[in-house]
Amino acid sequence: MVHRVLVTKVGLDGHDRGLKVVARCLRDAGFEVIYGGLRQTPEMIAATAAQEDVDAVGLSMHSGGHLALVPAVLQALRARGLNLPVVVGGIIPTRDFDTLRRMGVSRILLPGASAKEVVEAVSEAIAQAREHDGSQDPGHPRPTISYERAGSP
Amino acid sequence: MTGRADWRRAYEAAPLRDHDAVTISGIPLEPAYGAEDDLYPGQWPYTRGPYASMYRSKLWTMRMFAGFGTPEDTNARFKELLCSGGTGLSTAFDLPTLMGRDSDDPLALGEVGKGGVAVDTLADMEDLFSGIDLSKVTTSMTINSPAIALLAMYVAVAEKAGIERRVLGGTIQNDILKEYQAQKEYVFPPRPSMRLVTDVVSFCAAEMPKWHPISISGYHIREAGSTAVQELAFTLANGFAYVEAARAAGMEVDAFAPRLSFFFNAHIDFFEEIAKYRAARRIWARWMKQRYGATNERSMQLRFHTQTAGVSLTAQQPEVNIARVAIEALAAVLGGTQSLHTDAFDEALALPTDKAARIALRTQQVIAHETGVAHVADPLGGAPFVEWLTDEVERQAEALFAELEQLGNGSMLEGVYRGIEENWFQTRIAEASADFERRLNDGRRILVGVNAFTEGDEHEPELLAIEAQTEELQLKRLATVKATRNSDAVSESLAALRSDAADPTVNLFPAVLEAVRAYATVGEIMATLAEVFGTWDERSVV
Repeated sequence: MVHRVLVTKVGLDGHDRGLKVVARCLRDAGFEVIYGGLRQTPEMIAATAAQEDVDAVGLSMHSGGHLALVPAVLQALRARGLNLPVVVGGIIPTRDFDTLRRMGVSRILLPGASAKEVVEAVSEAIAQAREHDGSQDPGHPRPTISYERAGSP
Repeated sequence: MTGRADWRRAYEAAPLRDHDAVTISGIPLEPAYGAEDDLYPGQWPYTRGPYASMYRSKLWTMRMFAGFGTPEDTNARFKELLCSGGTGLSTAFDLPTLMGRDSDDPLALGEVGKGGVAVDTLADMEDLFSGIDLSKVTTSMTINSPAIALLAMYVAVAEKAGIERRVLGGTIQNDILKEYQAQKEYVFPPRPSMRLVTDVVSFCAAEMPKWHPISISGYHIREAGSTAVQELAFTLANGFAYVEAARAAGMEVDAFAPRLSFFFNAHIDFFEEIAKYRAARRIWARWMKQRYGATNERSMQLRFHTQTAGVSLTAQQPEVNIARVAIEALAAVLGGTQSLHTDAFDEALALPTDKAARIALRTQQVIAHETGVAHVADPLGGAPFVEWLTDEVERQAEALFAELEQLGNGSMLEGVYRGIEENWFQTRIAEASADFERRLNDGRRILVGVNAFTEGDEHEPELLAIEAQTEELQLKRLATVKATRNSDAVSESLAALRSDAADPTVNLFPAVLEAVRAYATVGEIMATLAEVFGTWDERSVV
């Protein structure tokens, strides 16, 4: 089945190169991509996610504000009863990985992630979220981090 | 004026630095090389450099972009950069400031002081430049939508220190067009935004003769994923649009064009970058003279700042970025840049630490003082490959100008407006970026440490952490200013600004300056203008 993914930016940052690259590579891999665009508030993102009935949310972060903005998005999603996997990509210092995982982020992608890694991260995040939905203890999907490009040319 | 004899006369009339222009082994060097009747540096169309003496007179300015946290934090970094031999200041503002929003705006959450320094009112600007003699340094401020407000604050800070605005030297980016095309930090729609730009240009032409009122920037276009040719062509097209807008506002081209400056990226493809800078100077000179009727040489001499390509840095094996930055910086110097920022090696991970920023500055100092490349201007000029690539880059840029001109029915200004409104620029940039990613993904293009040579990425360098209390501190500062300022003066100055904004024939700088002096916030000034101008949202394209 075709998965629907919302890719968007939260906060004031307008650097959208990475977001557009990710949108294209997910679309090329057969996902239905909802391009949420720039300067979305957490509430706007949750509303779009609900309205578009997406399977996952991808957030692109370059502003350094991830520790404040990512939990705000997670909270807005939960407030609408959406327990969706959230994948965060961009400039994220590794020291913040644990904090983001504990908050409930499914996957973190750093600059240099290949198209293959992006597609795998989103697919696995969706698959894990589904597994957990079926179990008694939903918890949070176990996060993994990938940022090295797989394989050499 | 061409040829060696003319160049020699111009060179000898120029003031020179006191240094020995010899190789490390003692071979004396000429300031430029070529045949008797060749084109030399300082000769129209300036392909080989805007000046006859280039770095023999003055090395490029080592201008390191800095800004984070509260104004005091950044003030301390400025002083550290000046102490370690930096020769100009360059201010990075945080996202809320760049977007014309105050630190207490709900949308500023999590971003106060993160990617740059937070400035809400004149009080912040006073602290930012505290203890720095503004008549002695030149300052670059990277700000666009609210540029008029931040420049007014800088003028007001100088006034308070008893420095007249006519002696202030520096640059305000104030390049709104590339925001719609690439960086996306717009607030108002393009046309009213253009009025703010031309108001600043005209105010500076009249009152601030040493200030550069726009830095026409290709940097962000390139960072958004464009090719070198697109960076060159879109930037110069924006430059032509500003010239046409200022002329339409009644200014003579030679009254403002000498103060226009440019800002380019230095990416990793060494010769393509050098060709890009050489072609940029030539195209600008030709268009300014032939199309816009400039007669002042300085209107035709393209001068530029360069920053190494943030987008070329990798999060993997970040120390390797020191090598990338050195090669990119060398291309900028061989291309004749007037000032340079070198990126720190840790910038794909976070804002730079003091140490990483210092290594980046030291890289420039090695190029300037050890390599000998500053002795001879345009040292690659005349090489068949470099001359061919310069011509080719120019030819491809001219093809893009022709498309834009057609889009605007003969007007570059209208062509650029329509190009923005119809996503002409945005689509081309996104396609170039996607194409580059495809080549990385299928391995046709190698990125060391990323899709090849990946072993050895074990430890992460120590990264700068922005104090968690920055946001809280800044909110307190803002609350104090709001509680202690004269609120009647604020509302009166904002009312006057609103009424001036409604009359397109009035220059808005004086009203903004009054509001700033009354400690109106950046957000209040921008909201007042938005009542008259409206706001802008892009139709997204992927």
